[in-house]
Amino acid sequence: MMKKFFAQAYIWLLLVLLYAPLVFIAVFSFTESKVLGNWTGFSTRLYRNLFTGNMQGSSSLLSAVENTLLIALVAAAVATLLGTVAAIGIHNLKGRRKQAIQSLNNIPMLNPDIITGVSLFLLFVFLGVSQGYLTVILAHITFCTPYVVLSVLPKLTQMNPNVYEAALDLGATPGQALRKVMIPMLRPGMVSGFILSFTMSLDDFAVTFFTRGTIGLDTLSTFIYTDARKGGLTPELRPLMTLIFAAILIFLVIINVRQARAQKLAESK
Amino acid sequence: MTIKRSSWSIPYLVFLIIFVVLPLVLIAIYAFQDGQGHFTLSNVTRFFSDADSLGTFALSLEIAIENTVLCILLGYPAAWILANKKLNRSAVTIVLFILPMWINALMRTLATAELFNMLGITLGKGTLLYGMVYDYLPFMIYPIYNTLNKMDKSYAEAAEDLGATPLQVFTKVTVPLSMPGVTSGILMVFMPTVSTFAISEFLTNNKIKLFGTIIQENINSSMWNYGAALSFIMLIIIGISMLFQGGEEPAAERGIV
Amino acid sequence: MNHNDIIINIEHLCKAFGDKVVLDDINLYIKNGEFVTLLGPSGCGKTTLLRIIGGFTNPDSGRVTLDGKDLSGMPPYERPLNTVFQRYALFPHLDVYDNIAFGLKLSKVPRNEIDARVRKVLKMVSMSDYEDRNVDSLSGGQQQRVAIARALVNQPRVLLLDEPLSALDHKMRQDMQIELKEMHQKLGITFIYVTHDQEEALTLSDTVVVMNEGKIQQIGTPADIYNEPVNAFVADFIGESNIFNGTMIEDRKVSFIGHEFECVDEGFGQDNPVDVVIRPEDVYIMAHTEGAQFTGVVRTCTFKGVHYEMFVDTDCGFELMIQDYNAFEPGSTVGLLIRPNDIQVMRKERTCNTLAGEVVDETHISVLDGTFECAPLEGFASGDKITAEVAFDQVDLLDHQEEGVVAGSVHFILYKGDHYHLQVLTESGEYLYVDTQDIWDKEDLVGVNIPPAAFKILRGHDD
Repeated sequence: MMKKFFAQAYIWLLLVLLYAPLVFIAVFSFTESKVLGNWTGFSTRLYRNLFTGNMQGSSSLLSAVENTLLIALVAAAVATLLGTVAAIGIHNLKGRRKQAIQSLNNIPMLNPDIITGVSLFLLFVFLGVSQGYLTVILAHITFCTPYVVLSVLPKLTQMNPNVYEAALDLGATPGQALRKVMIPMLRPGMVSGFILSFTMSLDDFAVTFFTRGTIGLDTLSTFIYTDARKGGLTPELRPLMTLIFAAILIFLVIINVRQARAQKLAESK
Repeated sequence: MTIKRSSWSIPYLVFLIIFVVLPLVLIAIYAFQDGQGHFTLSNVTRFFSDADSLGTFALSLEIAIENTVLCILLGYPAAWILANKKLNRSAVTIVLFILPMWINALMRTLATAELFNMLGITLGKGTLLYGMVYDYLPFMIYPIYNTLNKMDKSYAEAAEDLGATPLQVFTKVTVPLSMPGVTSGILMVFMPTVSTFAISEFLTNNKIKLFGTIIQENINSSMWNYGAALSFIMLIIIGISMLFQGGEEPAAERGIV
Repeated sequence: MNHNDIIINIEHLCKAFGDKVVLDDINLYIKNGEFVTLLGPSGCGKTTLLRIIGGFTNPDSGRVTLDGKDLSGMPPYERPLNTVFQRYALFPHLDVYDNIAFGLKLSKVPRNEIDARVRKVLKMVSMSDYEDRNVDSLSGGQQQRVAIARALVNQPRVLLLDEPLSALDHKMRQDMQIELKEMHQKLGITFIYVTHDQEEALTLSDTVVVMNEGKIQQIGTPADIYNEPVNAFVADFIGESNIFNGTMIEDRKVSFIGHEFECVDEGFGQDNPVDVVIRPEDVYIMAHTEGAQFTGVVRTCTFKGVHYEMFVDTDCGFELMIQDYNAFEPGSTVGLLIRPNDIQVMRKERTCNTLAGEVVDETHISVLDGTFECAPLEGFASGDKITAEVAFDQVDLLDHQEEGVVAGSVHFILYKGDHYHLQVLTESGEYLYVDTQDIWDKEDLVGVNIPPAAFKILRGHDD
């Protein structure tokens, strides 16, 4: 009993510490004060500002949000396509070639963000590419694709190799077998690869920071960084973060409820 | 007819060569060139003769190691409790640990810094370490939790059957078998902490500079060659620490949906 | 044979994966409507043969014809054959109906016809109410039925079945065997069935093709294969059997286990070594010894449901397995008798090991990729090609691979009543045959040593 109490207490203590800053932001999103931590009475004005676009601080916040979403969407989509095709290829390779390309695939995951950022920056300088949307998206594809490969590969290994042959046996051409059998079976891996890529792209700071060039392209991360270095944090970031957090919370609750329901359904059958 | 799809890996191979291999080679090339493109060792010698750079480097390593150790000490018990069905029956608790990672890390770090400010705690090395542990603890807990959770319960039962006390089961079976999780946890915590720059700037009000910060400053002030040399040194450190970990496959444990 | 009857003809088929020869000059014809089983241990090449017929693997040489038409290079989706795969290979993202309709939809069969045909096959495999079910929610037996229905709905000329029942439990397997047999009779199409289960092969087939090491050992009806195995491998693999070394004294007279017996075999010459097979149910066992050909003492007696299985030590020190409806007490002396008809005599494939190699120096030769010491050679120069003969019982097997001159693994074991006859695969890829009293298991790693005096060296060898 004592053991269980201490264990629970430990877990909850960690959780409280983990959530304290988030709660802190959420609480202070309901006050107008410019400075975080200074309570000037309850107000929803920051939320209204966020939606009307009439910001107290820098008004480029909204375009940064747009950029972040756009880049994440494009990068995740391309990474999913590239990574799935690559995974099918890697799955069919053997021996040292397979090992070699898998090791290469690991490099972007092992590299700290700053190395990925600096190295890609040097690449774009070396190739004389002017940096902007394109370079940021290419950079994001670089660090996202390995995760897609790693999400799709296990699905291929688990797949009964006869399933593909069964499709051919039943009259499907290789192309039809791919579309009607392989892709549907790989879909769960592709979806989790996409979601993973999307969130990693959203969260990225260092790589974007080095590859965005000087055209004033900002994502949420770089916006916060520059904003914070200027001294004052745009107050509307607080409601924005609170909303994102709420959205994620709702999303996860829905997923969990659906999973639990599916599980119950499977058990009852 | 044989089904050859191995050639499907070629586009990605080309992509990897252009966007992963070539950039890393460029770091090495720029590191050994001067501004005019001539070969030189001066970038590297400059680093080793500059007490400030060396100091920053040592401090970065120190903080990264301290952070990693703290994450293991705090994270292992948490992972163990979470994976223990008797102590934690809900699968939702682990999701609660992962959830904050979905919020922009810079934002969370800033909030932590502001929280310290409000509580009147001076920003410095202590707050920096706190912030690092705060940011990276979930990356340690999750892989360990995963290995512990997947571990076949019959190993522990076999050990008990052979006369091991609960403590012996833990130290002689559970811990050794969960080492792959710890290794990937270290991989996911140590590397990023050596190189981080924004976090240290926020959490110490720019009082403490880490290695990542000086790389960033050099690149941003167009000192590419010196910046590349510093990156090159970091790459070597990564290579060495990879050797220590026996080239374990990196954790796909980030797969968190 | 009537050529119009032949649906599939396999000619000189060879296939190797890397160095390993999987199929070695396979020739086989299959008649229309026949139930043919390819039977053999794992790795004998039976599945590869089926996959070549199905079009999933290309042969290195040789060809397969269907109705006289060469199938070489034709992809699986153009062949009028369908396959039931070992682990069913149902599409997990489709329900039962869509799995079965998969092939029909691809060939653009009209909707109402698809409906009718799917219903019909589902009824045939007794799965009528399962159309909408997710395939993951089905039991192994039900998945098997769906897999069969999915293949049959396309009305193939030939149905290929790759160990379709191996994942089912014993009872279910027996039920499915009966259903498969009925299905075959009703449909009248050709079935080619791959299995390693000899009982299944004997139960189901019109023709059994026994394979081993990439070669066809014997083709025949189940009764032929059981009663008249052509070699020790087939005798050992099909059913239970006692296999002994024997000597053919003259026509109709053979000696083994220390006694002379009358038999019905002729044409083996005089005083030639042979293998003799006695089925355990063919030995007459009596409580009295008068009228017996030889005697023995019962060592163990085990009840096996229908019969008792007894191991008897014969008067000349051989072990004999006997199945009888009556039990005999262990320790009791019994009289034993074997009828001439029940003695199956087979030519020996070899009487000693024949190894090709060359001379290293006066006291060493190189065979099996290793250098062995031998008795001093006279009249040979180093580098001379030689053939070395080694008797089966002269080869020493050692527990650790590194202790031997060459390393190998136990590949096949035959008990011959008083000793084991082993086939050892050496690292050079050659087979060495060894007689030993020691007990080894299949796959055991062994060191091989051959004492100098054991080599009988002959000049030259043909490669």
